This record gives sequence, structure tokens and C-alpha cells, in this order.
Amino acid sequence: MAFEGLTARLQNVFGKLRGRGKLTEEDVNEAMREVRLALLEADVNFKVVKDFIAKVKEKAVGQEVLKSFTPGMVVVDIVNKELTELMGGTQAKLAQAGKPPTVVLMAGLQGAGKTTLTGKLANLLQKQNHKPLLVAGDIYRPAAIKQLQVLGEQIGTPVFTLGNQVSPVEIAKQGVQHAKDNGNDYVLIDTAGRLQIDEALMEEIQNIHAAVKPDEVLLVVDAMTGQEAVNVAQSFHEKLALTGVVLTKLDGDTRGGAALSVKAVTGCPIKFASTGEKIDQLEPFHPDRMASRILGMGDMLSLIEKAQANIDADKAAEMERKMRTADFTLEDFLEQMEQVRKMGPLDQLLDMMPGMGKIKNMPNFKVDEKQIARTEAIVKSMTRNEKLKPDIINFSRRKRIAAGSGTTVADVNRLLRQFEDMKKMMKQFSSMMGPGGKGPKGGMKALKNMFGKGGMKFPF
Amino acid sequence: MSFFKRLKESIASKTEAVTSKFKDGLAKTRSVFTDRVAELFTRRQKIDEAFYEELEEILIGADVGVNTVMELMDDLRAEVKKRKIEQPSQLQPILSEKLMNMLRGGGEDAGLRTNSSGITVILFVGVNGVGKTTTIGKLAWRFKQQGKSVLLAAGDTFRAGAIEQLQVWGERVGVDVIRQEAGSDPAAVMYDAAQEAKRRNVDVLLCDTAGRLQNKVNLMEELAKIHRVIQREIPGAPHETLLVLDAATGQNALQQAKLFGEKTGVTGLVLTKLDGTAKGGIVIAIRNEMALPVKFVGLGEQMDDLQEFDAEQFVHALFAGLAGTVEENEAN
Ligand SMILES: Nc1nc2c(ncn2[C@@H]2O[C@H](COP(=O)(O)OP(=O)(O)O)[C@@H](O)[C@H]2O)c(=O)[nH]1
Ligand SMILES: [Mg+2]
Repeated sequence: MAFEGLTARLQNVFGKLRGRGKLTEEDVNEAMREVRLALLEADVNFKVVKDFIAKVKEKAVGQEVLKSFTPGMVVVDIVNKELTELMGGTQAKLAQAGKPPTVVLMAGLQGAGKTTLTGKLANLLQKQNHKPLLVAGDIYRPAAIKQLQVLGEQIGTPVFTLGNQVSPVEIAKQGVQHAKDNGNDYVLIDTAGRLQIDEALMEEIQNIHAAVKPDEVLLVVDAMTGQEAVNVAQSFHEKLALTGVVLTKLDGDTRGGAALSVKAVTGCPIKFASTGEKIDQLEPFHPDRMASRILGMGDMLSLIEKAQANIDADKAAEMERKMRTADFTLEDFLEQMEQVRKMGPLDQLLDMMPGMGKIKNMPNFKVDEKQIARTEAIVKSMTRNEKLKPDIINFSRRKRIAAGSGTTVADVNRLLRQFEDMKKMMKQFSSMMGPGGKGPKGGMKALKNMFGKGGMKFPF
Repeated sequence: MSFFKRLKESIASKTEAVTSKFKDGLAKTRSVFTDRVAELFTRRQKIDEAFYEELEEILIGADVGVNTVMELMDDLRAEVKKRKIEQPSQLQPILSEKLMNMLRGGGEDAGLRTNSSGITVILFVGVNGVGKTTTIGKLAWRFKQQGKSVLLAAGDTFRAGAIEQLQVWGERVGVDVIRQEAGSDPAAVMYDAAQEAKRRNVDVLLCDTAGRLQNKVNLMEELAKIHRVIQREIPGAPHETLLVLDAATGQNALQQAKLFGEKTGVTGLVLTKLDGTAKGGIVIAIRNEMALPVKFVGLGEQMDDLQEFDAEQFVHALFAGLAGTVEENEAN
């Protein structure tokens, strides 16, 4: 990725501060500069960023830092919660008219993905045992009608069209009548893409609106949209009184700050996320995931939360110090393992870290629960002295340990080797999670290298 | 002579029609962007932090891209120090010149690269819905106007109705389209099209492809294969691989330029939908970070809504309001 996540940025800012009292205004100001950049890099509109920062700043000053890991994480947590709240709850539901049919009108710029979305919604509705009708209202773009017809055929949904010589207002009106006559309980009206400053076309869609009185007006927005998202959303909202937003192309690698911009301007719920070209790739919108994505943190936040909930902060701090100073012993290792296990399956944890999902799928990297048990048995068969100073474990000691744990000498050898690797890795890992250290980038890269070289298996 | 006077004169020597069309298309861009810039430079009495902050916001608001804006701001600060500039109005031509130099690069890659001794092949790539097919239609018309023989290759075999869309453009413009069934291998379509282009000895072959997001590994490999087939069938081709960008795109455009570049050796950009209020400033960042020139801009949905990109015109249109104030100042 071309960008650094907010966690990383804040780790740099708060490198030296740690676990002391309350966040001062100065701390927060410095952090907010980073938050601002992170949001701007994610394409959140600069005005929206300004308002957002002002709000978060107010909440952050004076926050208690003591019990948490680092001041950086406290700030991340506040920013994330605020962002999630701003984007609203999960709401993958279309309006439903008291008296069918429910009329849904699509609106948006050229190329936003309206036609594809129209097909996807019909597919979803059919799965819920509704009987949708598609209405081909884009008479301008060459073969737009054909596109909708192909989609309709694919999913077995009827498509109403009057060709491209009749006005879209008339098509929409007759389409709704057609649905009434044929017992369709949903009418999805596809429309041509239009610029919000195109007066003739904006008037046309207002006329469609007036003619069919839709129960739902969805603004379809490309997730890759930049600063312009605000202008688009504002104009369409003014002209059409939007009721919901759909973000498309979220399967790309965009940070998707447009989500926040559009939400801030219209106040409308983001109802769906469109995540692929296949007809069933339509998902509920998850504000929490979107928040992490905008901040460039994978699901790092859930990870922080889990860690905060399950790991004793003092113990963690001590552990981290040990890892950094390399007096991390096999005993600590065992304890660490237990702590990590409390947080949940390791592969899930990796899933939540930016860039780590891929590592997990590499053939050489397997998280094997059975091996965890074996590791535990081996470590428990060691004397205290052996755990503290693994260097003293010679061949006869290895034989004893193997016998005592019901494993082989080869298993013991492997574990000792892995422990050494682990120690190196943890050292780098801790510099990412905790304060000080060389910063996250090195840590991440080192981690990747370690897995990339092949052969490295987690000892648990 | 002042920077703006030079600019104006060089533009005056170009056809007035082109300039005004360009200016019309950019009217909205200008009114939102340049008016704010002009206003900033005249309203602010001194160069202070508030001034810099506001300027930074204007540039970011135009999607110029955070990194590029930060670089630009650092440069400007340095200039101000070095030249002991005090008035915002003195800084204004410096900013304009910097933007223009960024957009121009070395200038050696302006215009379209063509094959003077045979078929010129242009491959169009980009994410979904940016305007690839429409641009091909417009460009086909343009070549036709120049008396060239043109053939189109319907390489988007994936999206519903995409082949028919290109076919409609072919009919409008009066050029043939080489196509296969929906769902067939796009590389095979390119093969057919290359053979047909050679058989007919056409001047220009324009190749459409399905939109794809740059992080889809398989689809990007498919594109690389299309590129290879064209290379193999017509030596030296494609003469241009144009990445089509929607002007409303934010900083993901950088990622698009990078990844499409890696797979298909992108040689230039087409910036579409500039008839809206989107500023398309991200091309400045792309030029700055990846040295990719803009070759054309799309200014509407009609056949003739395509213009050659010209950095001078672009900046002139962008800063039209500013040029006036500077000259007035000079006259005084
Ligand atoms: N306003 C405007 N619309 C454009 C421009 N270029 C393309 N479009 C529209 O954008 C939509 C998507 O274009 P299309 O060529 O199908 O994109 P593709 O998926 O990249 O081939 C269509 O509705 C086009 O009419 C432009 O320069 N200005
Ligand atoms: Mg197309």
C-alpha cells in the first residue's frame, strides 16, 4: 500500500510518551495533524475533515491514558468510534411501501455503477421472495438498455423498456403502471448517468421523481471518488431528496473516504456496498470496517479492542519490555502464548492486521492448534533453569524433555529454533504495537521477510 | 514579458475554436478552483500560516494529491524565503509556473505517438466506467475526420452490453468493429482484430478492453496477455497504451497508474468527464510521481467532445481569472 495507516503514524508521534496521566491539548494537537493527513489521503473532503477534527479534538483532550497501551491507541480509538458513529449503523434494507409496488429510483454520475447495482438489487429482492421489475430508463448511453436486459435475463427478472426514443419520464411512469398490472411488488428504475451541473438532465430526473413518487431514492457513488463527492452528493440531495446511498467498487484498493464525505453532506444512511462485478456481490455496509479502512488500519482496531479486553495491561507492558530487551524466556513465551490464545485463533488475528491476511494464505504458514498443544507440553517439561536459559539445553536434556512431553528430540529441536526466530520477530512486532522501537514499517517488512523466506512456521 | 502574457500569446496562436471549447468545458472547474485561488491571492494581505493553510486546502480540494501538495507547499515556502516575497500576489505566478512545469514534464512526450509506416495501434485500459469505450468512439471519429481508416476491436467481452455499445459507436462514426461472442477470450478478439487490420492495411486500430480494478490479479494478468498478443501480432504495437481516468477520481488514480503501468506499460493518460466540476488535479500528482503525460481530455458525451491535452491551455483555463489581475497590476 502506498499509505501508512493511522496507527503507524500515531505511533511515531507518541513514540516517547507512554501511559502517563491525561492527554494534553498539545498531545492531541500533534495527533490531530496525523489524523488530518490520514483522512485527506483517504480522499475525505477537506471541509468534512476540518469539522471532524474539531469534534474529535474536543473529545480527546483530557482523556485518561494510564490503563491503555499508548496514548496513540487512545486517540485511534476515539477517532475510530467517532468515524464509525458518523457513518451510521448497518442498514442493508430497502424501503418498503405500505401499498406495493415499492418504487426505487437510481441516481448518480456516469460510470458510477447504477445499472449493475440495479441488477444486483433485483437479485437480492428475488432471494427474499419479492417480484421486482426492472425499468430501463437510460436512453442515452449506447446499449445501456441492452446491458439491463442481459442482467435481467441472467437472473430471470422482467425488464420494462420502451426503447430509446421515448422520454425517461414516460418510461418510468409506464413502468410503474406495468408493475401494478403484473403484480410486481418492487420497481427498480435505472437512469442515465448525469453530471449534477447538467441542468437539463437534472430537471429530467426531477420530473421522473415527481411522476413516480419513489419510496427510495438511491445515490450510487463510486468509492474511488475524490473531493468531488461532496458536490455531487449535495446537488443530488437538493434536487431529489435522497433516502439512501450505495457505494460501489469497494472491492478495489481505494481507502474510500468518499463514504464519509457523502454521509456528512446528505445524512442519508449508506445502505449497501457493491463489491464486485458478479450479480451476487452486494453486501450490507459496515461502518466499523469502513472506518478502519479509511484510516488505513485493516481491522487493527478490533485487534486493539480484543487486546485491551483480554490482556492484562501491566503484564503486557512487562512482556513487551522483555521482548524489546531480549530477556524474553521460554517461560514468558508460554505465558505470551496463553495470552494470545485468549484473544482468539491466531489466523483470525492476522486477518485483522493490514497486510497480514496474505501472509496467512502462504503455503508455508500454518497455524496448527495441535502444534500449540505440543509446544505447551515441551515447555512444561523443562526445568525452570532451562526455560530461563535455553542455551543450556544440551542433547541429554533434550532427550529427557522429549520423553517427558511425549514428543521426539526433533520436535524439541524445532521448538528451540523457532523460539529463537520468534524472539527476533516479537522484538520487531513489539516495535510496531508499542512505543519506541524503530517504527512500524521496519517491523512489518521484517515480518514479511521472515514468512516470505519460507519454512517459518509458528511454533503454536 | 510576464509569464501570463507569454502564456496568452502562445495560446492566441492556436485555433480559437479549440481554446474556447476547452474553456467551456473547464468553465466550471475554473469558476470553482481559480476564483478561489484568485480570491485568496487578492484578499490575503500577507503570506502567513493562514494563507498557506488555505492554499493547501484549495490544492487538496482539487484532488492534486496529499504528497504532491505537501511537496508543492514546501517548494513555495522555500521560494518565499529565498526571494524574500511578501505579497501573496507575487507568489501567484510562481505557483502557476510550477504547476505547468509539473504537467509538462520534459515536454518530449506531448502528442500521440503514431506509426508512420504502418498500422498505429492504441490500447485502452482502466477501471470500470471511466469512459474507455466512449473515448474510443470519439477518437475513431477524430481519426476519421483526418481521413484515416480506422478499425475497432471489441475487447470488452465481459460486461453486459459492452460489445453492442462499441458497435453503436462504430455505426455512428462509420467504422467497422471486430467482435466475437460475449464471454469469449479478449486476447482472441485482439488476435482477430490484428489480422484484419493487417489484411485491410488500416491506418489505426483502437482496442477496447473490459474495465477492471487494478488489484484484481487475474484480470490484470488477462490484460497483460492482451498486450502480449498485440505486441506479437503487430511488431512495435501498441504504439500507445492509454490509461483512461475519470476526473472525479481521488488518490486511487495514483494506484491505478502504477499497477496498470506495471502490467501494460501505460504510455499516457486520458482524463474524462472534465465537463463536470471535478478538477482532475490528480493528473498533476501522476505526472509528478510517475512521469505519465495526459494526452487527451474528455469534455462530454458527444463525438466531438475530445480534445488534445495542452498544458498551457489547461493552466490558462485554470487560471484565467488570475491572468487578468496580474496584467492589471503590471499595467498600473
Ligand atoms: N460527462 C461525460 N461523460 C462521459 C465522458 N466520457 C464518458 N462518459 C460517460 O461515462 C459513462 C461510462 O463510459 P464508458 O465509455 O461506458 O466507460 P468504460 O466502462 O470505461 O468503457 C457513459 O455513460 C459515458 O457516456 C466525458 O468526458 N464526459
Ligand atoms: Mg467499456
